[in-house]
Amino acid sequence: MTVRARVIPCLDVANGRVVKGVNFVDLIDAGDPVEQARAYDAAGADELCFLDITASHEARGTILDVVSRTAAVCFMPLTVGGGVRTAEDARALLLAGADKVAVNSAAVSRPEVVADIAERFGAQCCVASIDARRVADGWEVFTHGGRRATGIDAVAHALRLAELGAGELLVTSMDRDGTRGGYDLDLVRAIADRTSVPVVASGGVGTLDDLVAGVTQGHASAVLAASIFHFGDATIADAHAALAAAGVAVRSH
Amino acid sequence: MTLALIDYGAGNLHSVENALRAAGCRDLTVTAEADVVARADRIVLPGVGAFGACAGALRGVPGMVQALEQRVRREGAPFLGICVGMQLMAEAGEELGTHAGLGWVRGRVRLIDAAGTDAKVPHMGWNDVAPTRPHPLIVPGEAYFLHSFAFAGDDGDVVATTNHAGPVTAAVARDNMVGVQFHPEKSQHYGLALLDRFLKWRP
Repeated sequence: MTVRARVIPCLDVANGRVVKGVNFVDLIDAGDPVEQARAYDAAGADELCFLDITASHEARGTILDVVSRTAAVCFMPLTVGGGVRTAEDARALLLAGADKVAVNSAAVSRPEVVADIAERFGAQCCVASIDARRVADGWEVFTHGGRRATGIDAVAHALRLAELGAGELLVTSMDRDGTRGGYDLDLVRAIADRTSVPVVASGGVGTLDDLVAGVTQGHASAVLAASIFHFGDATIADAHAALAAAGVAVRSH
Repeated sequence: MTLALIDYGAGNLHSVENALRAAGCRDLTVTAEADVVARADRIVLPGVGAFGACAGALRGVPGMVQALEQRVRREGAPFLGICVGMQLMAEAGEELGTHAGLGWVRGRVRLIDAAGTDAKVPHMGWNDVAPTRPHPLIVPGEAYFLHSFAFAGDDGDVVATTNHAGPVTAAVARDNMVGVQFHPEKSQHYGLALLDRFLKWRP
């Protein structure tokens, strides 16, 4: 076979606790991240993603503890994003047990941070995360949880970050995030078809068909979702089965 | 049975330590000391990052390469290299310039050639471990890969391949030495079972 399409549950973490945003407002406390990570490990998730949305700078150390405790009990790849501003921030997360670190806002104001991380720790652990909204003639990069426009073309930005050394691109549609209306497949495909690095589709999954479309129509190498898994609408095995039924190579259970 | 997990500032040490403990290793020392490696019953060399940086870091630990040569090559202690730790077993790596490896297996580490295919580089995700000849540690299964460079060399030292725009070396072995390109510490049951076999291995 070939490398498998990856199914990645994403846990939003604030102050060391799991929350899930619906369009990034109305946060619902949904428990302990380590316990949830264990459950996803046991369920056969291909990777796990923690997005740290802790607001206050003082509380940011909490994610390191969560990552360290997760790495002690979960033997699956872990990506951590949120608040990574420098290569030193990335180093702290990698030392705590993250396998990949996602950079978002910092790579908008200073794209070179991607090169810093890739050169020090390898492209394979450097994920560039792009939040985008559809605009008249394409997509625009947004920061601060989708609230702040930047005027930057999202596709061009993503491709630049890959050239700077990002080993993976995590592409989130802020229009779709939390809506359960499906990925912005045109956005994902516009980037995936123009880069040699893997692309992760993110934002908007409501059904298993959305995950399948992310790979078959969005040309993503991996599909990320949150609420569909967290609230028990579907299991990882269901996701793998739906992908397999569509002819996509996935892990056996 | 003492196991030395070599700390040379290159990578996911704690993940490998956690996984070895979960696989049943009772007496594990994370060490940057050559004399600890020289006395260990088993040795694990992890590694994440660029080949040259890792090779330089390993050589930067006083006496470490000599201790490895003595304990692994001459005295036959079981050795497991993981990811770049496996790649370092090669003669040379061609990532950001050409850098000498340990030269324990015949071949070089080169960029995965995916030109003209739809395969993405880095090769990232779960893929097959397909044995090309029998080895007690390497069984068929699915493991997690995360790399852009891969071992290319003597087929006699390759014991498993995977497929990413063509065959890619998944594991090498010679005598008491094994190296895996994939990450057993991130490969859930498959990976922990491999580490368990390594802990019991009597080559």
